[in-house]
Amino acid sequence: MEEVKEQTGHMPRIGEPAPAFEAVTTHGMLKLEDFKGSWLILFSHPADFTPVCTTEFIAFSEIHPELQKRGVELLGLSVDSVSSHIAWVRNVEEKTGVKIPFPIIADLSKEVSLDYGMIHPGQSKTETVRCVFIIDPNQIIRTILYYPLTTGRNMDEILRIIDALQTTDKNAVATPANWRPGDMVVVPPPNTQEMAEERLKQGYECTDWYLCKKKL
Amino acid sequence: MACISPDGKPTESGSKMLRALQAGLGSPEEIAKETGMPLFRVRSGLRELAEAGLAKQRDDRYGLSEKGAELIK
Repeated sequence: MEEVKEQTGHMPRIGEPAPAFEAVTTHGMLKLEDFKGSWLILFSHPADFTPVCTTEFIAFSEIHPELQKRGVELLGLSVDSVSSHIAWVRNVEEKTGVKIPFPIIADLSKEVSLDYGMIHPGQSKTETVRCVFIIDPNQIIRTILYYPLTTGRNMDEILRIIDALQTTDKNAVATPANWRPGDMVVVPPPNTQEMAEERLKQGYECTDWYLCKKKL
Repeated sequence: MACISPDGKPTESGSKMLRALQAGLGSPEEIAKETGMPLFRVRSGLRELAEAGLAKQRDDRYGLSEKGAELIK
């Protein structure tokens, strides 16, 4: 049991403060606190110079302008050296014309990977799986996604989650299944019988007292 | 080192920040606005410049040190 814990490290949870770090990156030494006040997507990939990861880096670079409009920074990570990261991003630019605009952590010591539970020994004892941590401006973990080594991530879903979280924070609402910006949002359910009765008179589109939607 | 090359000279981003500091004390937010660099890069860069003795920090504001001023003359 202890051996498993040693291999997997700490498993962070939604709603907890993101584990602090100071790490070597392709943009110099960065601390988690450097991102305070911005949304941050911290994501890991298994290894540089691998096919699925290359497609993901191109895709992350393509959504980077959309993320910037939403006040979101990107930070990659793998258990590779900074020289390997630099060689890989230069190679990606040379072969595909895509410039990687965000920093990448060189986590050779696995310190950050273990603090964020990015190593899943059932998949690989030496590489990080495809994790996505969405961290809010107060540095609280708001979303965690894990993908296996063989499945590249869906950028539309990552953007959709950012839009949903920011809409939730701004308007104190929730978002239903498959929600997209512009769709109706879910009004938080009432907590008392009196509130439930009042809810039905408030002009929302209600299926019943516990499921009411409204336009923003 | 992102702001200072191994030969001790400031990189392009290091020079940008040093020039912004030349105008007087500034917060990382003001320097990010002035240079157009991302705030996280400015925060880490200012920390690096201060550790190298090229910038000085007073509370959460930064200014150019004598050594920094000499470097960008």
